[in-house]
Amino acid sequence: MTRIKRLLALLPVFLLAITPVCFTSCKNSGSEKEAGDQGTAAVDIPASVEEIAVERGLSPKDVIAALKTYIPSGKYDDYVMFASGGHSGQVFVIGVPSMRLLKTIGVFTPEPWQGWATGSAESQEILSEGDMPRGINKKLTWADVHHPSLSETNGDYDGQFLFVNDKANARVAVIDLRDFETKQIIKNPNTISDHGASFVTPNTEYVIETTQYSTPLPFDEYAGMDEYKEKYRGLATFHKFDREKGRIDESQSFSIELPPYWQDLCDAGKKVSDGWAFCNSINSEMATGGINEGNPPYEAGISQREADYLHVFNWRKAEQVFKEGKAKDLNGQYIIPLDTAIAEGLIYFMTIPKSPHGVDVSPNGNFIVASGKLDTHATVYSFEKIMDAIKNNKVEGKDPFGVPILNFADVMEKQVEIGLGPLHTQFDNEGNAYTSVFVESTLAKWKLGPPDYDGPDAWTVVEKIPVQYNIGHVVCAEGDTVAPDGKYCVALNKWSIDRFLPVGPLHPQNFQLIDISGKNMQLLYDMPIGVGEPHYVQMVKADKLKPWLVYPEVGFNPMTMSVDPEAAAIGNERIVRNGDTVEVWMSVIRSHFNPEHISVKEGDKVIMHLTNVERARDATHGFAIDGYNVNLSLEPGESSTVEFTADKPGVFPFYCTEFCSALHLEMMGYLLVQPTQPKS
Amino acid sequence: MKENELIFGPRIPKELWEKERKRFLIPSIVLVAAAVLLFISIFLPYWKITLIAPQYPQGLTASMYVNRLTGDVQEIDGLNHYIGMKPLGEAAVLERTLSIFIIIGIALLIAGAVYVHSPFALFLCIPAVMYPAFFLGDLYFWMRSFGMNLDKRAPLSGAIKPFVPPLLGEGKIAQFATVATWEVGLYMSIAASVLILVGLYFHRRAYKPLLIDSSGR
Ligand SMILES: [Cu+2]
Repeated sequence: MTRIKRLLALLPVFLLAITPVCFTSCKNSGSEKEAGDQGTAAVDIPASVEEIAVERGLSPKDVIAALKTYIPSGKYDDYVMFASGGHSGQVFVIGVPSMRLLKTIGVFTPEPWQGWATGSAESQEILSEGDMPRGINKKLTWADVHHPSLSETNGDYDGQFLFVNDKANARVAVIDLRDFETKQIIKNPNTISDHGASFVTPNTEYVIETTQYSTPLPFDEYAGMDEYKEKYRGLATFHKFDREKGRIDESQSFSIELPPYWQDLCDAGKKVSDGWAFCNSINSEMATGGINEGNPPYEAGISQREADYLHVFNWRKAEQVFKEGKAKDLNGQYIIPLDTAIAEGLIYFMTIPKSPHGVDVSPNGNFIVASGKLDTHATVYSFEKIMDAIKNNKVEGKDPFGVPILNFADVMEKQVEIGLGPLHTQFDNEGNAYTSVFVESTLAKWKLGPPDYDGPDAWTVVEKIPVQYNIGHVVCAEGDTVAPDGKYCVALNKWSIDRFLPVGPLHPQNFQLIDISGKNMQLLYDMPIGVGEPHYVQMVKADKLKPWLVYPEVGFNPMTMSVDPEAAAIGNERIVRNGDTVEVWMSVIRSHFNPEHISVKEGDKVIMHLTNVERARDATHGFAIDGYNVNLSLEPGESSTVEFTADKPGVFPFYCTEFCSALHLEMMGYLLVQPTQPKS
Repeated sequence: MKENELIFGPRIPKELWEKERKRFLIPSIVLVAAAVLLFISIFLPYWKITLIAPQYPQGLTASMYVNRLTGDVQEIDGLNHYIGMKPLGEAAVLERTLSIFIIIGIALLIAGAVYVHSPFALFLCIPAVMYPAFFLGDLYFWMRSFGMNLDKRAPLSGAIKPFVPPLLGEGKIAQFATVATWEVGLYMSIAASVLILVGLYFHRRAYKPLLIDSSGR
């Protein structure tokens, strides 16, 4: 019994021995986190900073700009820009304020790194949705990406989807921002050129797409230039977006037939003007050019008249008219005839001086800002006045097609003197508007008027900052939503001339970051874009995006956004021959494919289902088959299918094209294609 | 003395219970507390290993519960295949299947000891007292078995010599620094052992006099 007493005496010692272990282990995990989360509160700036500035020839302003844009390793940007990729057919994802390129998203053109249309059946299928319609057997291998548009909820970015258009072929694409991949490409069945796209309505009910260059409808129907007025038409298409499915639903979409003016940029009304849409147009002259036939060239013919037409659409009512069955089916597209649109009050015109370009609705939805690119003004229309003019039939006439033209004096709120060649306008949270001024190469900051801004300097330019050079669009932080953030604008310049080291005659574009948070605007940073000519860009607060870090489940098919029933998995790898078809289920993991040998006969159809079963961030594998023009990007959890005919006999290594591991080179296998007839 | 008193010991006389309630309550409460601690530990991790390497800034962790493994097990298995270690899921399958029943059984035995007022109570408590040591012993057995029996055909079998990962504290395997920690479940089971010993001490103080009385009668 004394033993027990002795044991008991030892107990406290034992307890003491184990407690510190617990304490240290518990404490450690806590303190590590804190150190990671909190930045340093105070900084001692060493004297050497000045030395560096002097040595590098940096002015105090430069140093401030550097401090405002530098993002240390491991820290993130506050904003993300989605930039149209112009000729590249892609979308660029860029962090702000660091102006670092985070990603390019393959959309209308093959993008090998992402395995976009370089062999995967899924991406090939999406891209082929955008092929030319009606047996015109033309694969489109480039695009002119113009205007990205983030999905909105109540007029504010919700970070879920992105839409972009291809001006060159009148296509609209849907990108899902969970995996930053393209999910759908729609070829407008009747037009071949668009520009006023993609712009979403405040709850992403519709994605707006309007024609740029008029053609007969459909575009593959012939009519000579002499029939321009009679046969050529434009279209405003309202693509219905099914958010649940993450796809545009063409069966619920409708279009409005338009006169053959070249419809230009658009913006959807918001808040008070929700339910309406506004699109600019040029060529009310209906000029048909023909310099080679002794006629004035387009550039002259189209600039003849003093004014063009800003189109005002009542899309909510048009939706009703469409649902009442008053639209006509043309190649699966439901078009409300222009006469019907006029009779139902779906369309009105407002005159706008001199070849306008941009049209932008102010955050509260009460002002519509349009600029004539050959004018020095931004013309501001009041939505209230527009409604009043429509209600009380204050019209100054009709266009040749019978569209009522609202009386300019009755709808115009103000003409603000901006400068030479104003194009596009964005807004901040303090009643300021920022207009890009192309010919002058400046960004103009000006004050809206009451009720958005009530001050002595209302409706005047308060500051201009030179930009380098030839600014097209401008983007400000959430600057086209109901709740702009201010803080940053980026001038999207067409020319860079002397801003960067020369890289041959084709110069990069120049994205210039401008700090708009202070009393004066300050240019912070130049970012060269050497991939294509971006047009419009949208800038969203980074924390609104909730992208996946890996696919949520193993065997995930990005096209269906669900686990593929055909997905390969560990343990079910197999090769099955069925007649002339060889089907392969292959698992992919560091650092091997399984199976590694695939033997087929010349002429066999080969279908391979591959699944990357990895769950670690960044553990992406590629899958390339030499000589067969195949490269897949298999991201962690992703399942993909590749189909091809083994029409070339021989021995073809396949291998992982991502440096996934130390034994990456060993991650390979052989496709052995036996010739059907041995060579004699 | 009745026969079952040999095992269950004498009951507490009513007058004594009323007079010295604390004397009998303390051992009961302490033993029941130990049983409860042990039971709760089923839901908590016992042991954790963290692997740290440059390309895993958050580290990789595997947490061991009595019946399952959680954390980055798949990733750790994926890495382990390079050195020819079997997947962690293949270790201690029997133990993990039976653990919950066994622990509940052990806990019930402790609770049962409350009603046994004889030295036999000690025997009911022995499994629980020994349990943490058994857990660690079994863990060591499996780590040794896995670490020492690496597949010789594995890609890196030439580069990594068989090893036994530490039960507690730091180690190193290839580019990974490893830290093994004991987790709250294990500490609770150890605390339960300690409580049992304390409880038994008070148990003896409470019932031994009764036992002498009853046998002396
Ligand atoms: Cu790989």
